[in-house]
Amino acid sequence: MANTVFAIDIHEFKTEQQRLDYQQLTEELRCLVCQNQNIADSDAGLAKDLRNEVAKMVQKDMSQTEITDYLVERYGDFVRYNPPMRADTLVLWFMPLLILLIAGFIVIRTIKKNANNTSNESNL
Amino acid sequence: MNKTVIKALIPLVIFLSLVYLLYQGLGKDTRLLPSALINKPVPQFALPSLMTGKTINNDTLKGQMYLLNVWASWCPNCRVEHPMVTEFARQNIIPVYGLNYKDDNATAKAWLNQFGNPYTDILIDAEGLVGIDFGVYGAPETFLVDGDGMIRHKIVGELNPQNIQNELLPLIEKHKNTIK
Repeated sequence: MANTVFAIDIHEFKTEQQRLDYQQLTEELRCLVCQNQNIADSDAGLAKDLRNEVAKMVQKDMSQTEITDYLVERYGDFVRYNPPMRADTLVLWFMPLLILLIAGFIVIRTIKKNANNTSNESNL
Repeated sequence: MNKTVIKALIPLVIFLSLVYLLYQGLGKDTRLLPSALINKPVPQFALPSLMTGKTINNDTLKGQMYLLNVWASWCPNCRVEHPMVTEFARQNIIPVYGLNYKDDNATAKAWLNQFGNPYTDILIDAEGLVGIDFGVYGAPETFLVDGDGMIRHKIVGELNPQNIQNELLPLIEKHKNTIK
């Protein structure tokens, strides 16, 4: 059913792998004009141009990494919905985990404390 | 301070940090993206001139410091910006080249006839492919390229007296020695 999904611009791919690469890439690349859409979903002119570029590169058998790098070189990390893990993005990646750990610690401590209080009360 | 007071203050501290975080996001234009090409060489290009039809490429412009102004006749803000571009070009500080982005040649020429042509020359990027190499995501955009062919600055949106005065002129002065 891929043809219905990409009804606006149909690209011919030699292999199923190429078609999959194209689909994954266009879903992971951000449209820079309408920033909350990926280039697969966006109707903006630039998104269409970028889809064509991605299709051309896929047809040339470039890897997903090579294609992503090509676009990051031109548009910066912002073009990726899937941010890279680097020293300056560590906070982005590990903050949720850190918050979860802190919250979990507080919850466990509170539960233990309450349990102690209840057991103390029942002893009375 | 005893323990209870500190404990009671924790929610307040969290609240204030949230206020700070959200406040600094207010009024920020999320459409303005930093260019990935600052202090990198200009991408390779070879495009026909709108005025002469001759090909203009990196070598044609080598040794000059110039502005490359991305514009199109379909772009309303380019019209708003046009007097500013004209005024800047008139001062003869550095040449201003146009990159006619995804436009129609006849319409572009009509637009220039109507409003005037401030450009030293104009490159036709009908398909927008050179635009992609430059990381263009809208029009107008303006790049400052120095004599070594390095991109030194990018302005997204219209040129105005503020960004010319505060951003472009100091950088032009700084990289003047690259002009050959």
